[in-house]
Amino acid sequence: MSTVDASDASGGVQAAAATDTSNYLTASRGIASWMFTRDHKRIGIMYLVGILTAFFLAGIFALLVRTELLTAGRTIMDADTYNKFFTFHGVIMVFLVIIPGVPAALGNFVLPIMLGAKDVAFPRINLLSFYLWCGGAIFLLCSLVMGGLDTGWTFYAPYSTISKEPIYGVIPALLAVFVVGFSSIFTGLNFVVTIHKLRRPEMGWFDMPLFVFGIYATGIIQILATPVIGITGLLLIIERVAKIGIFTASMGGDPVLFQHFFWFYSHPAVYIMILPAMGVMSEIISVFSHKHIFGYKFIAFSSLAIALLGFLVWGHHLFVAGQSGLVSMIFSALTFAVAIPSAIKVFNWLATMYKGSITLETPMIYALSFIWIFGIGGLTGLFLGTLAVDVPLHDTYFVVAHFHYVMAGTIFVFIGGLFYWWPKMTGKMYKELWGRLGALIFFVGYNMTFFTQFIIGLKGMPRRYYDYEKLIDVIPGIAGLHMFSSIGSYVMAVGLLMTGFCLLQSLFRGRKAPDNPWGGASLEWRTTSPPPLENFNEEPHVGDPYDFSDLEWDKEIGGYVSTGIRKPATGH
Amino acid sequence: MNALLGQIGLLSARLLAQGSDRGWMPKQRSTIAPEVDAIFDFILVVSVFFFLLIVGAALYFIIRYHRREGDPMPGGVTHNMPLELLWSGIPVVLVCIMFWWGFKVFVDMRTPPDNAYEISVRAQQWSWEFWYPNGISYDELHVPANQPVKLVMTSEDVLHSFYVPEFRVKMDVIPGRYTTTWFEALYDDEGSNEYPLICAEYCGTDHSSMITKVVVHTDDGFVDWLANADPLAAIPEELWPEYEKDPDKFIKDHPEIKGLKTPALMGQKLYKRKGCSQCHSIDGTRVTGPSFLGIYGKQEEMEDGTTVTVDANYIEESILNPNAKVVKTYPRGQMNSYQGRITDREIAMLIEYIKSLGQK
Ligand code: HEM
Ligand SMILES: [Cu+2]
Ligand SMILES: [Cu+2]
Repeated sequence: MSTVDASDASGGVQAAAATDTSNYLTASRGIASWMFTRDHKRIGIMYLVGILTAFFLAGIFALLVRTELLTAGRTIMDADTYNKFFTFHGVIMVFLVIIPGVPAALGNFVLPIMLGAKDVAFPRINLLSFYLWCGGAIFLLCSLVMGGLDTGWTFYAPYSTISKEPIYGVIPALLAVFVVGFSSIFTGLNFVVTIHKLRRPEMGWFDMPLFVFGIYATGIIQILATPVIGITGLLLIIERVAKIGIFTASMGGDPVLFQHFFWFYSHPAVYIMILPAMGVMSEIISVFSHKHIFGYKFIAFSSLAIALLGFLVWGHHLFVAGQSGLVSMIFSALTFAVAIPSAIKVFNWLATMYKGSITLETPMIYALSFIWIFGIGGLTGLFLGTLAVDVPLHDTYFVVAHFHYVMAGTIFVFIGGLFYWWPKMTGKMYKELWGRLGALIFFVGYNMTFFTQFIIGLKGMPRRYYDYEKLIDVIPGIAGLHMFSSIGSYVMAVGLLMTGFCLLQSLFRGRKAPDNPWGGASLEWRTTSPPPLENFNEEPHVGDPYDFSDLEWDKEIGGYVSTGIRKPATGH
Repeated sequence: MNALLGQIGLLSARLLAQGSDRGWMPKQRSTIAPEVDAIFDFILVVSVFFFLLIVGAALYFIIRYHRREGDPMPGGVTHNMPLELLWSGIPVVLVCIMFWWGFKVFVDMRTPPDNAYEISVRAQQWSWEFWYPNGISYDELHVPANQPVKLVMTSEDVLHSFYVPEFRVKMDVIPGRYTTTWFEALYDDEGSNEYPLICAEYCGTDHSSMITKVVVHTDDGFVDWLANADPLAAIPEELWPEYEKDPDKFIKDHPEIKGLKTPALMGQKLYKRKGCSQCHSIDGTRVTGPSFLGIYGKQEEMEDGTTVTVDANYIEESILNPNAKVVKTYPRGQMNSYQGRITDREIAMLIEYIKSLGQK
């Protein structure tokens, strides 16, 4: 399958390949054409590059942290360095990778196309969001250079306000969070307005792909919750600089107040991570089952339910933090209430697969991995939401394992989504074999690393422990478990590297992508790969985004083509 | 490499062979532990069931409904209200049980009985101090078995968290407030009755070594321990000068004061018990604070450029008011004042200990 005959196969559609300006990548050239672009697709690509770079960096920190834990005692670094490394790992992963991940990179690229729009509602603000993200990244680098940060990504007071180490690093890091927060708010705002205003007129709410619903629900959280973390960060800076007691007991403040403020944002932020990922899941599961999504409205409304209920559960992080028993009870009850819509989604995905016609390309492998990983992450959340059981488990490795299964499970969908839309973004097909193999190795390493940590946590080892020498005698087996977990992280790294090479290789040697390689029905599959500057060469024809009945496999092209007969959009 | 494989090989054996109540979890050594674990087990069963159901279904579907070339696009049902209600309803019932059960036991965990024996806890970076009703303090938690013990806790500096896995208790220790928790420990006729007591809330550099132990005693054993825990406090006021003058003779004359040793040795114990050892080494290595090796009589340069001779007065001041004079190159504000937490006798013993580490 050489490049030559593949482009021949796609026929006369894109005849003048070398010099044409028919797609957004070739429409204009030069660095400036990217830096000042207002094209949502290019902005999405720039986000992607930034986020993947940050992911790589945070991954290196994770590997160093895991290497330190490979053996008891000092392995490669001292305690202070370790504390800084896990802090940077956490801060980068959360604020620079996973919160913007799916919406800003993938969402930016596909959302307007899915709606049949030419761009987002505010293209300039969209570009500004990206530069704010860069600004945040620069502030974080400042923090790293100015002595580092060892507070953990949670910045808990009074450690963050009075202790010696983070004097220099803590302020730029909080500024980073503040600035990245604005990036997130603008993205959310932009998408919400785009969905309201720029949908094609014949596209009703329930004609939108579920990914759009996920992004919409996320947008609401981004707009309403993010200001709180920004202001909390500013208060902490003011407290440090002006010595006004807000969170610091020795100055008359209240450290638990900080935790409330912090989690008021950071719990909903978990849903900022997971909701868009669930949206991607709905797309992939339906498309690779080649079957209409099951329970469209339940999935759509469960996204909204999660977004709203997600605001009311932050106190489940404070069950042993001195919060009153009554308040804890209410938070526990509400926490269980959010579990239900998540369960509904999983069951509907399974029902979609039932009697489907399932193929297992790389995106589907990631989606299936997510069902496994999110299954474990979600179910272990039940333990932590249960008041009595959370008491021994809180702040142990059990929690580390739980949130990795949930949050970093999102990474699976992010990568899955990347493979899914890769042909659309780049116009190139990757090699299935390498994609799948990378996914499998990543999956195995992931479970080796983190499933082990459930056991370590159950045995009583707290998180953020530089060393477990003192625990070896009292927690049997802990050394072996840690070693196993660390080896798992190396396996994971191998899988991710393979995945990275697979994608890079496709850029240079990949077969030319057909317009619709998987048989998707939503509008992004009804334009060229890559799409033209304003997304569509002809007026898009809106229909049910999960009705695949008009699609037929075309061997010549290596993709699906429409036979033209579609169910029309419902318009409401 | 061999060692590595050996480790992994041993792992599974060890996991199974841990002959305690439930190999993969800490032993149940408080009255509440079995109750907590019962809920845990319930959730575990539900979770395993649903996990197998979900993953099983997914695997079955990808095999059974695998697409072959030329297959038509499947049609089929796209929604089903009764089904949606069923698979929302069953989880609702199950989580209601989890919630209610967890809440009931949690209320018990949070409500100390009136007759509880009270111990106050002070945490600081990176050591624990337990104060008993008779006014003595100790760096390990000693408790009587089969009697509720209530802890009233506060922190001298940052957040810490009191955690004893075997008791299934955890409670944050917060500066500027008092938090409480309680437990009733069980006595184990076969076991050591010593369990790790761990700091579970990140508190800085040595968070991972902020570990001490709980020791569970029988009733008599506890009374006995308490009476002898602090030999210094057991010396009557009028006899104190006698001890200071000739410790060796005093110790010989008063065998009823158990555990009494010479001042330097008493100081050595306090060095550990009061948490000094977490930040000051005795072998010259630099950790959070200056090492005690050969420090007595030395000229130290201060932050402000002045020099100070390390003598008894300076040591006392450094203990009671650590930020009055801070040695150059060390961070200010790292050490908390021991005012109100240390007796004059103890300070005297510590000075003797520091002297014994060599002087200029
Ligand atoms: C690539 C594989 C990863 C590995 C090997 C890894 C490993 C670790 C380790 C060892 C810790 C420290 C746990 C502790 O000491 O308590 C940690 C913490 C953390 N990780 Fe990861 N992690 C990975 C991916 C991710 C991803 C994708 C996210 C994205 C959400 C993430 C978010 C976090 C957070 C928020 C923390 C807590 C940091 C803190 O305690 O302040 N990790 N990770
Ligand atoms: Cu939460
Ligand atoms: Cu700690």
